[in-house]
Amino acid sequence: MKSSLASRVVLGLLAWAAAFIMFFPILWMLVTAFKTEGQAIAIPPLLIFAPTLRSFFDATQNAGYLLFALNSVIVSVGATVLAIAIAFPAAYALAFFPGKRTEFTLMWMLSTKMLPAVGVLMPIYLFLKNVHLLDTRLGLVAIDTLMNLPIVVWMLYSFFKDIPHEILEAARVDGVGPRQQMIHLLLPLAGPGVASTALLSVILAWNEAFWSINVTASHAGTLAAYIARFSAPEGLFWAKLSAASVLAVAPILVFGSLTQRRLVRGLTFGAVK
Amino acid sequence: MAKLLLEKVEKRYEGFHAIKGVDLSIDDREFVVFVGPSGCGKTTLLRMIAGLEEISGGDFSIDGVRANEIPPDKRGLAMVFQTYALYPHMTVAENMGFALKMAKVPKAEIERKVAHAAEMLQLDKVLARRPKALSGGQRQRVAIGRAIVRNPKGFLFDEPLSNLDAALRVQMRTELVKLNKQLETTMIYVTHDQVEAMTMADRIVVLNGGIVEQVGSPLELYHNPANLFVAGFIGSPKMNLLEGEIAARDDAGADVKLDDGGTIRVEAANIAAAPGLRVTLGTRPEHTALAADGEIGGTADFVEHLGNETLVYVKRPGEKQMIVKADDLAGVRMGDPVRMKPQSTRAVLFGPDGKALLRREFHLH
Repeated sequence: MKSSLASRVVLGLLAWAAAFIMFFPILWMLVTAFKTEGQAIAIPPLLIFAPTLRSFFDATQNAGYLLFALNSVIVSVGATVLAIAIAFPAAYALAFFPGKRTEFTLMWMLSTKMLPAVGVLMPIYLFLKNVHLLDTRLGLVAIDTLMNLPIVVWMLYSFFKDIPHEILEAARVDGVGPRQQMIHLLLPLAGPGVASTALLSVILAWNEAFWSINVTASHAGTLAAYIARFSAPEGLFWAKLSAASVLAVAPILVFGSLTQRRLVRGLTFGAVK
Repeated sequence: MAKLLLEKVEKRYEGFHAIKGVDLSIDDREFVVFVGPSGCGKTTLLRMIAGLEEISGGDFSIDGVRANEIPPDKRGLAMVFQTYALYPHMTVAENMGFALKMAKVPKAEIERKVAHAAEMLQLDKVLARRPKALSGGQRQRVAIGRAIVRNPKGFLFDEPLSNLDAALRVQMRTELVKLNKQLETTMIYVTHDQVEAMTMADRIVVLNGGIVEQVGSPLELYHNPANLFVAGFIGSPKMNLLEGEIAARDDAGADVKLDDGGTIRVEAANIAAAPGLRVTLGTRPEHTALAADGEIGGTADFVEHLGNETLVYVKRPGEKQMIVKADDLAGVRMGDPVRMKPQSTRAVLFGPDGKALLRREFHLH
């Protein structure tokens, strides 16, 4: 069926309008970041103004942006490395040596993701306090690792599932041990899958806000905590908040778009063959 | 050196009894073929020997040492898979040397062994290629080469030729048999193709529904099928099976009165049957002649000219179809009435329980 030019134009416009509406808050944040505080709250909103980097300056120099950014990098990379190190052998066992309870184990792991985080805030907070991990990077790395572990196991499991069993069985008969199988066979064969799992884990840990805000302060806070600091009791500073948000979002956005192709391929891997 | 012994070996899955007590002794340097229809348990049995499947019951030993609990890598056996299971990210040389490299064998020795195996299998020109850039036959040979370099006690083949085209399959068949003699090792070969079993095996193990139906040389199975299953499974086209009853019995044989009329003389010394017993008479298409005085009548339903021979499919009203292997110039046409005569010195008899009632001695001249 060939649609007429007019209907295609209308559909195109509708799609663009929908996209614009969804993108607008981010656009507005970006625009506001370049305003002064006065311009940011002007009514009617200003569309044409002299852009200034003042808010960025305030947000970075006075609020310790670099430390928070560094924490974000350390926590998200650390949590990812740890999660993959734990999940890799777990997924290997689940995928290649399934038992009676394999399916249940997988479902159970996923079900923990359905628990509202706030439900365990108190016990975890007290636990961290007692082991002196409150407001430490290590504490947050541990939380993010455990939080992402089910998803990381699941993703690795499904990538491993796509590798023919016989390849590992051949290795087993040939006297190749589990560790060697993982390093020399699974890692290279599931390489793209492991990479996209790692990318997703980095993104999830980077964007994690709830725990970061609640169990960290000035030492181990990530960029999520950094943004939260701008909603001070004395009122909102929209321009500074916008600038801070842009600074927090930009790195992962750039990272995400650079790795987008790999990420999409990884997420749909095995779905279409 | 590898003498394998299976005693009452069983495999039970949840709700499924896959292998129901297999007794089998495999001699050193023997080429044994497990054959049977799909789902008969032949691959499961092979995987149990390899150590890839747990043995649920019974004993399995290699060279007199109980091996039930020995992990696959310590059994000293090598396996070649139906899908070849090559490591796709490694070159041919790396594929063949991988196990040795993991076992920390010195590099020079790996290279020497790989080169030796590659030469034997005519892979020396493709050593630097990846599996993707190989033909099916080459991949198959890489899989075999990967097994050879380890110098195993025995080789296990799981339908290794089923992914190859017909011509290559025939060629690889002879190459594998030659390899067996050349390497002087035990080989166990799984296939569903009875022609492969007949052409390659020293001994054939016919499996069905998790039990061993018969073990024997190809000719033994062909001439003396132990039961109706083996009779129908070995030989192509299939043996004709006719229902009837023992009418008379003497020292030289028995007369079988078929349900559809004719009486057939079966000549054999020791037929374990008395007159009146219900029997199934088996006569192979190549041991059944078209003859004007034949005891069995029918209509030629379909005629296949294969060049060296002609297959005549005969329809009989109310009875099973029969196949006759006639000579290449038999002038039978579709629709012709025909009469068939089983060779009385070749026909076999099975009792009501499906077991053979006679055993034929055969001598090769």
